Amino acid sequence: MNPTRTAATAGRVLAQLRADRRTLALMLVVPCVLLGLLAWMSQDAPLFDRSGAQLLGLFPLVVMFVVTSVTTLGERTSGTLERLLSTPLGRTDFLGGYALAFGAMAVLQALVATGFAVWVCGLEVQGPVGWLVVVAVASGLLGTALGLLASAFARTEFQAVQFMPAFVLPQLLLCGLFVPRDQMPRALELLSAAVPLSYAVDALGAVATTVAPAAELSPDLAVLAAFFAGSLALASLTLRRRTP
Amino acid sequence: MMKYAVRTDGLSVRRGRHDVLRDIDLAVPVGQVVGLLGPSGGGKSTLMRSVVGVQERVSGTVEVLGEPAGSAVLRRRVGYVTQSPSIYRDLTVGQNLRYFATLVGADGDRVVQVLGQVDLDAQVDRRVADLSGGQASRVSLAAALVGSPDLLVLDEPTVGLDPVLRRSLWRLFAALAASGTTVLVSSHVMDEAARCDRLVLLREGRILADDTLPALLDRTGADDAEGAFLRLVDDATAARTGSSAPGTAPHRRHR
Ligand SMILES: Nc1ncnc2c1ncn2[C@@H]1O[C@H](COP(=O)(O)OP(=O)(O)O)[C@@H](O)[C@H]1O
Ligand SMILES: [Mg+2]
Repeated sequence: MNPTRTAATAGRVLAQLRADRRTLALMLVVPCVLLGLLAWMSQDAPLFDRSGAQLLGLFPLVVMFVVTSVTTLGERTSGTLERLLSTPLGRTDFLGGYALAFGAMAVLQALVATGFAVWVCGLEVQGPVGWLVVVAVASGLLGTALGLLASAFARTEFQAVQFMPAFVLPQLLLCGLFVPRDQMPRALELLSAAVPLSYAVDALGAVATTVAPAAELSPDLAVLAAFFAGSLALASLTLRRRTP
Repeated sequence: MMKYAVRTDGLSVRRGRHDVLRDIDLAVPVGQVVGLLGPSGGGKSTLMRSVVGVQERVSGTVEVLGEPAGSAVLRRRVGYVTQSPSIYRDLTVGQNLRYFATLVGADGDRVVQVLGQVDLDAQVDRRVADLSGGQASRVSLAAALVGSPDLLVLDEPTVGLDPVLRRSLWRLFAALAASGTTVLVSSHVMDEAARCDRLVLLREGRILADDTLPALLDRTGADDAEGAFLRLVDDATAARTGSSAPGTAPHRRHR
């Protein structure tokens, strides 16, 4: 991995995002609007304190997944990926650049969404608010890694966008937001253990209900990191220098 | 002894279910502008992709600057411009070039220099999406030039350009060649042949000729590259169907 080329790639991806003001605005505003809606309809504050916190882990995963998969698909179809791989840029530089750029976006999004939830919607968690941001960023990074991987299986942007419901909605149902995981039928509980969003939601639940959540959420973060590393490794296999 | 930037020996390529290149033996001398000419679908792009090392299912040998095609060391010595511009349309010309410059270790001065070479100084802050097709393809060319490669592989770089720009690009290629860069450039427009030091005529995945234009005209008795190409096609057809067949007297058709 070459730091200069990785950083240049991250800078280039961020410049592309900056050029697309509308996407940028959607990335930052949509989470706030949804949190606001949830706060408004939750008559009962403790309910919002828990599910609002957990929702903070959902946005980055979904948004970074979609934006990354569409952007990388563009690289694959426009020929820029082929060109990049014919330069000294390594595959790890490419993946690292994307992870850095969208990691930075995830930080920004997490700060905005968490700030909005806490200061505007009155979200109150038992643990330190900083942990909410940390888990949200981890989930955003995971979304990016999965998006990089998913782009290899789409031929058009339509397909790439379709991966989102196919990929995210089952996770949303299984992750414990609607039915606590330990109250699910055994088979579904096992299945829910296989989806990464469960761990983000679990970790955020820990921040919501525990004063010192570090011990409880570090295994969750470890699992998220493992999913992240695994998806990146698989994604790197899909970056072929030679194509048919 | 002649030095070669590209040598292929028995190069064949399969794409999908077809043999797109068959048994290509090619030698591209260092410091020349070599034109890869032939009709669309003839395999020009596939040959260039094989030279750059991005083509899968290649058999035979392809040696580029003394190394096997696609070697890691070649990645900073070979500049490749794909047929459709492979640059970021949502970024400005300058942002694109600075990015590609960083990847190959070139600096900002070099970016300014190549912008001048492709005549895009005035467009540096414009988004590629807002440029004309010809301008975008010159940005793509500039992105390959920025690394000062020893071998430039250019897939139809002059398509869609007006005559003045085309002339200026061919002059640029000649100047690059004079300074020791080897330029392998493809075109399906035969009248660009006169601009090349050597011509490789490619049709249906086979090389019809690999020679200088004067030698080619001499050999075929044609007046221009197009005529020479047509005669070689006729010769090849006649050789396949048997030259005694009536109506295939090779040097009389297409006149
Ligand atoms: N991705 C591909 N898969 C299968 N066949 C291809 C692919 N790309 C090109 N071909 C075929 O390979 C042949 C040569 O194409 P190409 O090298 O692009 O020719 P040219 O550049 O001379 O127009 C054509 O018959 C084309 O249909
Ligand atoms: Mg072509």
